[in-house]
Amino acid sequence: MASAGIQRVSSPAVVVDRHDVDTDQIIPAAWLKRVERTGFSAGLFGAWRADPEFALNHPRAQSARILLAGRNFGCGSSREHAVWALLDHGFQAVVSSRFADIFRGNCVSAGLVPAEVSEETAARLFAALEADPDAAVVVDVAARTVAIPSAGIEEPFSLADYARWRLLEGLDDIALTLRHEDAIAAYEARRPEWLPTVTADSRPGG
Amino acid sequence: MNVTGRLFDKVWDRHVVASPEGEPELLYVDMHLVHEVTSPQAFEGLELAGRKVRRPDLTIATMDHDVPTIGLDQPIADPLAAEQIARLRRNAETHGVTLHALGSIEQGIVHVIGPQLGLTQPGMTLVCGDSHTSTHGAFGALAFGIGTTEVEHVLATQTLRQVKPAAMAVNVEGELPPGCTPKDLALGIIRALGTGGGVGSVIEYRGAAIRALSMEGRMTVCNMSIEGGARAGMIAPDDTTFGYLDGRRYSPRGALWERALDDWRSLVTDEGAEFDYEATVSASALHPVVTWGTNPAQSVSIDDVIPEPATFGSQALRQSAERALTYMNLNPGTAIRDISVDAVFIGSCTNGRLEDLRAAAEVLRGRKVYPGVRALVVPGSARVKAEAEAEGLDKLFSDAGFEWRSAGCSMCLGMNGDILSPGERSASTSNRNFEGRQGPGGRTHLVSPAVAAATAVAGHFAAPGDV
Repeated sequence: MASAGIQRVSSPAVVVDRHDVDTDQIIPAAWLKRVERTGFSAGLFGAWRADPEFALNHPRAQSARILLAGRNFGCGSSREHAVWALLDHGFQAVVSSRFADIFRGNCVSAGLVPAEVSEETAARLFAALEADPDAAVVVDVAARTVAIPSAGIEEPFSLADYARWRLLEGLDDIALTLRHEDAIAAYEARRPEWLPTVTADSRPGG
Repeated sequence: MNVTGRLFDKVWDRHVVASPEGEPELLYVDMHLVHEVTSPQAFEGLELAGRKVRRPDLTIATMDHDVPTIGLDQPIADPLAAEQIARLRRNAETHGVTLHALGSIEQGIVHVIGPQLGLTQPGMTLVCGDSHTSTHGAFGALAFGIGTTEVEHVLATQTLRQVKPAAMAVNVEGELPPGCTPKDLALGIIRALGTGGGVGSVIEYRGAAIRALSMEGRMTVCNMSIEGGARAGMIAPDDTTFGYLDGRRYSPRGALWERALDDWRSLVTDEGAEFDYEATVSASALHPVVTWGTNPAQSVSIDDVIPEPATFGSQALRQSAERALTYMNLNPGTAIRDISVDAVFIGSCTNGRLEDLRAAAEVLRGRKVYPGVRALVVPGSARVKAEAEAEGLDKLFSDAGFEWRSAGCSMCLGMNGDILSPGERSASTSNRNFEGRQGPGGRTHLVSPAVAAATAVAGHFAAPGDV
């Protein structure tokens, strides 16, 4: 699905200083029964929000577009609903020193910037936001940098060229792939004969 | 580095449709598995764009995540689950996708029915909107979980854009000791790798202990690759694989079977090939494993005690352990066997196959579930359920005091109402012990089917030899 492109995000950040934040925490399974792509905001970090001290409950979180989180963010379930919930809340970028693979792919698919920084940069960002929780953070997709200007921090983040291009342009991947229709058809013509094809059978008991 | 002869590359390379300059490669998908929870938005997106399912004959659907496991003759009580299931029926019908719905003997957890039907074969690519798709790698296939936008992409194009992951070898040496199961091996490997150790990689499991595993055991090991962060897990096919596939519904027959076999025998990592990363795990050193924390890498032997967080090597691991012990309401130094449980769950795509049910039933023979413990056994598919009943396993479970349920994901992720109450503690054969995974406030300990059964009898964590 095509989305609006993202060039640059500048806002206060929500800080979740935990490693291995799994997608069950980002959006609990009960929310997965929805058949829409939107309406997940109230479920974001559902269990942790019961704690009044949780960062998302701070008034600053209302205007935050950037989430800073510990290492291995988004591990576990493949649910894209986790990305949709973050987008629904208004987040446009997540900064972490490591993203789980499926989550990173889902971010790029849905238009959330996964800004992967070094451990050293992550530590500096956490320290700067601990010193000044209201500091503005800037994620520049075009330049692939994350900055906290008030703390004098500007560091690169890694994002593959193609992912960067897609996020900047908000492109529809399917349309891009269908430009290779001839190659797909040619590939299909040479697949080995023994590969399975499913035969129609949806009868109960079938 | 000599990368030419790796199993992973052999399977990857034969699926590359196009390598556009400056873009990820376009990879063909041989089989797309679809379920009710991660597909409705994909079908909707497809319809809004006026697109069709390109290859309904390479797509198969079932319902597993939020289906009830009890009272199947009644309408589904949860209106949201009912709507999601109805939506899958409608989408399958509209787009000509074969659906194994509730009531079909082939309905069940998507990663149990693929292999059971013979739809999972060596050298294939399989994807599904579910992270445990790595299960299918047990057959020497490249299989991985995807998000819903990618599900839509596969429906529309039968391809995926993928940056090629790194290749990691996990060498499992020695022999699993008696009483140790493939689940203990999987948990042992994850403990060695850490939750993020496999990120960006496809793991090939190698070594004597892997070769000795049954197909069901190999599926358990590959299933949990994602818990070590890996994109996928693979095991080179061999006679065990071919023996499992021979005669299944979608397996090739006659001359095609012979041609397939010739091809499949070439799907091995050649002598001298090198990997980007390599790890070695000793199977002989393992004991039955119990997790104590809130990620699958936080585990110890059943003979051990809850670890002291201060002894962990980094501040991150210490903080994570402290937080986990608070959530789990456990104290360092407590013997694992002294921890009592409220519930036992046997099932899931990790341990819901016939071999798993047999292992648990054997422990339960002539024994009773400890008073007050709620014990559930949920076969991985309707066919597994029928086969277990034909062997009388249902009676063994029921006589012991287990609830014998119908197929689905059930308490592995607690979407269908089979959940723990806040504060309840479970021994579970599933794959994730995340906070609230089996119900808000629930506390999950991951174990093998044999340990789950022994724990149900003892009322606290126990090995089969203890009861």
